[in-house]
Amino acid sequence: MLSFKLGKTHVPHRKNTAGMQAVRMSAPNSVLIPMSQHIGAPAVVTVKPGDKVYVGTLIGEAQGYVSSPVHSSVSGVVKKIERFLQSSGRKCDAVLIESDGEMTIDPAIAPPKVTNFDEFSAAVRASGLVGLGGAGFPTAVKLDAEKKGVVRKIIINGAECEPYITSDTRTMLDDTDYIVKGIALLENYLSAEEIVFGIEKNKKECIEKLREVFSTDSKVRVDVMPDTYPQGAEKILIYNTTGLVVPEGALPADVGCVVMNVTSLAFLAKYMETGVPLVEKCLTVDGSAIKNPMNVIAPIGTSVEEIISFTGGYSEEAGKVLYGGPMMGVSMYSTSDPIFKNTNAIVAMNKRDAAPKMQRACIHCGRCVSACPMGLNPTLFAKSMKVEDSAERLDRLTEAKINLCIECGCCSFVCPSSRPLVETNRLAKADVRNLSAKK
Amino acid sequence: MNKLIVSSSPHIKSKDSTSRIMLDVLIALLPITVAGAIIFGLEALLVVGICVVSSVLSEFVFNIIVKKEQTVGDFSAAVTGLILALNLPARADAWWQCIIGSVFAIIVVKCLFGGLGCNFANPAATARVFLLISFTGALGGGNAPLYSSSPELVSGATPLEVLTSGGEMPSITDMLLGLRGGAIGETCIVAILIGFIYLVVRRVIHFETPLVFIATVFVLSLIVDNSFYIATYQILSGGLIFAAVFMVTDYVSTPITRSGKMIFAVGCGLITFLIRYYGNYPEGVSFSILLMNILSPYIEKLTSKRPLGGKKA
Repeated sequence: MLSFKLGKTHVPHRKNTAGMQAVRMSAPNSVLIPMSQHIGAPAVVTVKPGDKVYVGTLIGEAQGYVSSPVHSSVSGVVKKIERFLQSSGRKCDAVLIESDGEMTIDPAIAPPKVTNFDEFSAAVRASGLVGLGGAGFPTAVKLDAEKKGVVRKIIINGAECEPYITSDTRTMLDDTDYIVKGIALLENYLSAEEIVFGIEKNKKECIEKLREVFSTDSKVRVDVMPDTYPQGAEKILIYNTTGLVVPEGALPADVGCVVMNVTSLAFLAKYMETGVPLVEKCLTVDGSAIKNPMNVIAPIGTSVEEIISFTGGYSEEAGKVLYGGPMMGVSMYSTSDPIFKNTNAIVAMNKRDAAPKMQRACIHCGRCVSACPMGLNPTLFAKSMKVEDSAERLDRLTEAKINLCIECGCCSFVCPSSRPLVETNRLAKADVRNLSAKK
Repeated sequence: MNKLIVSSSPHIKSKDSTSRIMLDVLIALLPITVAGAIIFGLEALLVVGICVVSSVLSEFVFNIIVKKEQTVGDFSAAVTGLILALNLPARADAWWQCIIGSVFAIIVVKCLFGGLGCNFANPAATARVFLLISFTGALGGGNAPLYSSSPELVSGATPLEVLTSGGEMPSITDMLLGLRGGAIGETCIVAILIGFIYLVVRRVIHFETPLVFIATVFVLSLIVDNSFYIATYQILSGGLIFAAVFMVTDYVSTPITRSGKMIFAVGCGLITFLIRYYGNYPEGVSFSILLMNILSPYIEKLTSKRPLGGKKA
């Protein structure tokens, strides 16, 4: 194991819910299921208002290679197809389904028949699985690296480095059986020589449990990651578990790695057994405005408001509500919006925590430079963005490697002057995209 | 309906703040100020008061005149004023020179370049050099301590001057306690070390930057003079240790990378050594910082890390 590890930012853990088994929510009155819940082309709606659907019924077909199908998460009737405003600012179709409260599973559902990699890949694709760690990249596309015969190492991401979130922790503790079955599937259908779990050292129970169940499997190794942020970031995890560096512009597969979230893995095994696609999600509900922090299993498409009410509501008025954790989570416009496949937490912050911090001038202290796990200099991006001449700006941003920024949030987190560094980097990336397109 | 704040991630922040960092520097300077007042008398406090008040006032008034948001709340002007004061001898009769120095540091060196974070040179070091060149007689040297174990040494001459002219030096104990001629803040090494430890513990500065600077001067002196005794006095005298802890470690005017800061410190040590040994001035610390400030951007560029997986452009 490597002694030098990347990612050294001390963010608070706040894993208040680590010891709480997830509670399954009862059927919501209705769900709103957007067609874009993954990286890639949105799915295309295959149902119309009035159609009867069950849990697991296909309601959106994958469109193109990098895409994923979408399924109904309740049994009931399609009410309407509406346009849904995503947090990215784009709109996509969304299916509103009124639940009959029965949660009847689609009678047509049967476990998939899998005997070789192609069937395995097709099954993964049909399951609607996307990266559950948060990125939402279609898993089937990721696993197709196997076809090129390049996969040597599979890294299972159980780092869960975001504050508050414990849904992966619960998967590792409660669904250990499925993790074992999932690993067996990967060993069967993928030709990796080595499977490595990367788990932060603050999850001692998980490390012990997984080490115990895999003690006889020589292919599997459980690596302990430091409990500093961002261990779960793909490139950082690959480096910290294997020492491999993913070059600029390349994918993990280019260095022989496939990284998979631990909850994605458990789901995969469950799907192969039952055939029920990705229709529900275990997520952590926590934050300074939440009365009873807990882990909830909720149907995808349930409104955030309903999930928060289910946990017991707010302890005080919320100033900001996030999909995901406070380091990389996305703040939502409205709590009537639904949860997605890749929502692993809802964090509601009280007014005081949510209040914008006072910005001061950059004092050149270098904390951001030391904190950046990618070895970038965030002050350079901020300086470059002030250059008026667009060609010069593009040159400077490219030279400073803005494309390598993973938006993990470390620089903004450590900045004593509360500079909006990550925000600037996002703007800079968009700027580079636009300027390069013009060129 | 409850209006939610929508903003870019991250949504939490570390407890560090710029004003807290500046406050930490002020706290670290406190024992030195107290020691200065004990060693040189209440006049020292008067100089400190004049410099701090005129520094803060300059920034306050400047911001009003140019209609900028008020920034004195970040305490950086107070830090500059205090560091400048501790670099000056305890002579309240030179009060108007103290004011000129403070206004120069804040207005010319800092505010005109865009305020905190935008100045390329260290305001306190620049102002000290400015005063040294302009009023050599009044503010060039130091003044005598109130107490000393060797009474014959009670004169305005700083040990550096004595060292250069070959007179008798104060004892090592006196050097450490600060019972020698010099500027208010530079003599009491013990107090400076307390400030150093505080800053390192509070993670305001990296411990290695001051050490590299001091070690550079020590080693060069040892090579040239081949004397442990002289090398030790070289680093203990003048404003070397004070500058090592509080000026060479300045954020704004030094390279942002950790390795860059080390190169900066080596450069400062080299120039200090050259001026002390071969130059016309007995003291070279402020000049060395100023000269290295000019090189900071280049050092920063040379020492920038190669990003993880980054291809050479």
